[in-house]
Amino acid sequence: MTVSSPAPAGPALVYPYGTRHTQEMVADLSCRAWEYRAQVLRMVYGRQSGHIGGAFSIAEILTCLVFHQLRLDPNNPQWPDRDRLVFSKGHACAMLYTVLAHRGFFPVSELPTFRALNTRLQGHPEPLKTPGVEVAAGPLGHGVAIGAGMALAARMEGSRRKIYAILGDGELNSGVIWEGLMVGAKFSLDNLVAIVDYNGVQQTGTTHHVMPTEPIADKWRSFNWHVIEIHGHNVAEILMALDLADEVHGRPVVIIARTTKGKGVSFMENVPAWHGGVPTSAQFDAALAELEDGAAQWKA
Amino acid sequence: MESLILNPLGAATSMRKAYGEALVELGHKRDDVVVLSADVQSSDFSYMFEAVFPSRFFNVGIAEPALVDVAVGLANGGKIPIANTFAFLFATRALEMVRTHLCYAGANVKLAGAYAGLSDSFDGPTHQTVADLAIFRSLPNITIVVLADGLAVKRFLPQIAAWKGPVYFRVCRNDVPAVFTEDYAPEIGKGITLIEGEDVTIIACGIMVARAIEAARKLSTLNIHARVVEMHTIKPLDSDLVTRCAKETRAIVTAEEHSIIGGLGGAVSECLSENCPVPLERVGVQDTFAECGPYLELLEKYGLGVDAIVTATERVLARKNSS
Repeated sequence: MTVSSPAPAGPALVYPYGTRHTQEMVADLSCRAWEYRAQVLRMVYGRQSGHIGGAFSIAEILTCLVFHQLRLDPNNPQWPDRDRLVFSKGHACAMLYTVLAHRGFFPVSELPTFRALNTRLQGHPEPLKTPGVEVAAGPLGHGVAIGAGMALAARMEGSRRKIYAILGDGELNSGVIWEGLMVGAKFSLDNLVAIVDYNGVQQTGTTHHVMPTEPIADKWRSFNWHVIEIHGHNVAEILMALDLADEVHGRPVVIIARTTKGKGVSFMENVPAWHGGVPTSAQFDAALAELEDGAAQWKA
Repeated sequence: MESLILNPLGAATSMRKAYGEALVELGHKRDDVVVLSADVQSSDFSYMFEAVFPSRFFNVGIAEPALVDVAVGLANGGKIPIANTFAFLFATRALEMVRTHLCYAGANVKLAGAYAGLSDSFDGPTHQTVADLAIFRSLPNITIVVLADGLAVKRFLPQIAAWKGPVYFRVCRNDVPAVFTEDYAPEIGKGITLIEGEDVTIIACGIMVARAIEAARKLSTLNIHARVVEMHTIKPLDSDLVTRCAKETRAIVTAEEHSIIGGLGGAVSECLSENCPVPLERVGVQDTFAECGPYLELLEKYGLGVDAIVTATERVLARKNSS
């Protein structure tokens, strides 16, 4: 098994909160999302373990949050007034680690230790070990209620910091998600934004087959959340939705991002087996080639 | 030592009212303390905190998993959340939240387990809690404290709030005899010898401390000198004290308002078998659910009376003397 080394990465460009969404910025963030998919592919292939499908579907959203929307300080991960990223769909953490590393929270060279013995990059997120990770996740369903607690704390301090909770769509099967929705609405937490990575596929099949979630937007609306629906691989739409969420007052916001599980690799897209599947050597080469093509389309 | 306890024991007073008063006092002293309830604040008396500090009180509805998760979020924001619901709900319905975020990820959340033991007596076994200590004790990184009377609540609550890391503590629903004098100054993690004695040691927690004291006073009339130790902290167990008592008295009785499996009796048993095996008798609920009924009668029927401790002590002494 040969694993090509990650592209040498200098400190990645950051677009601080409020930066105008230029075409160059959109192209750069889009390109990076593709490169980060390739990194995740290397990590999972290298360890022969991990979750590719849900990591690929969240690539653009995480990249936009961590390189633009969130007010963070990689040199001071515990900065008390940082924005909070609650990565509720913990199984997709290979992408979280990749994005955090490139943002400077820990060395990119540490990424290949993912899921190894003695690593800081545990199989599922662990806040005491990994800089930039806010909460443990893996057991699903915690993101909204924990995010609501974070939002209450921010409001009590009069802080303008915001809380972003990233959820999977399969995760919406869990009852505590809906408990969290009611808490968020009861306390009018407009500093809380949930983002649903709505890729339509979970471990054993489509969400439609496993536990039908539609009409998903109506469900959130009926729980008194403000709903924004976007195409979750379109960086311009993601950036716009995050800006729009800032304009909502008096209720929490959910961004339902329609995405593709396994996005970017033709034989992985929408195939439940790639929730936790590990590629063969030939599949690795083919997938890497597709992802490199995907990145190249954004390099003018 | 006996200066720490009343002789005779004091009149029964409400532990949950003491808890409500202690919460308010804590709220005045620390503005980082916030209180959450799963809509039982009128049961556990955290409503007293709500009345004084409405902006620091959050009722999340009848949703115990969210109760713990919202508290986790508040702790992430630097608050000291004290979450309130019935003890069994923390130990069962919200257990995964407790395990993942408090025990594994270290969230600095305090869990107030109300209506502990058999104290929700008339509501019956669905509401009673005799397995919580065993369940939480099996999880790493959580501190477990069992409160014995109203004064204990007031002495412990500021310590629990200041403790680094998650704490689960138990409060009885009912009136309990006043046990301690104003000299009582407990510290989390350190058992307290309340009565000296050399024949046997009775190690008790919670409401069974008062009963252990009464049993010891009864035994003294039979010329049996029982040492009484309050083991308010179930985890981390003060194993040095347990071992010393075993070496010095060569017989141990444990008494708890909990199953004899996995709680105080289980912890002491593990400690003894590793450090100083001596005869041990465990007073507690046998491996069974109880039933509904008046609290004091329920305690008697399920083997938690003073006489049960006396009998267990006589049994353990017979074993000690025959070995």
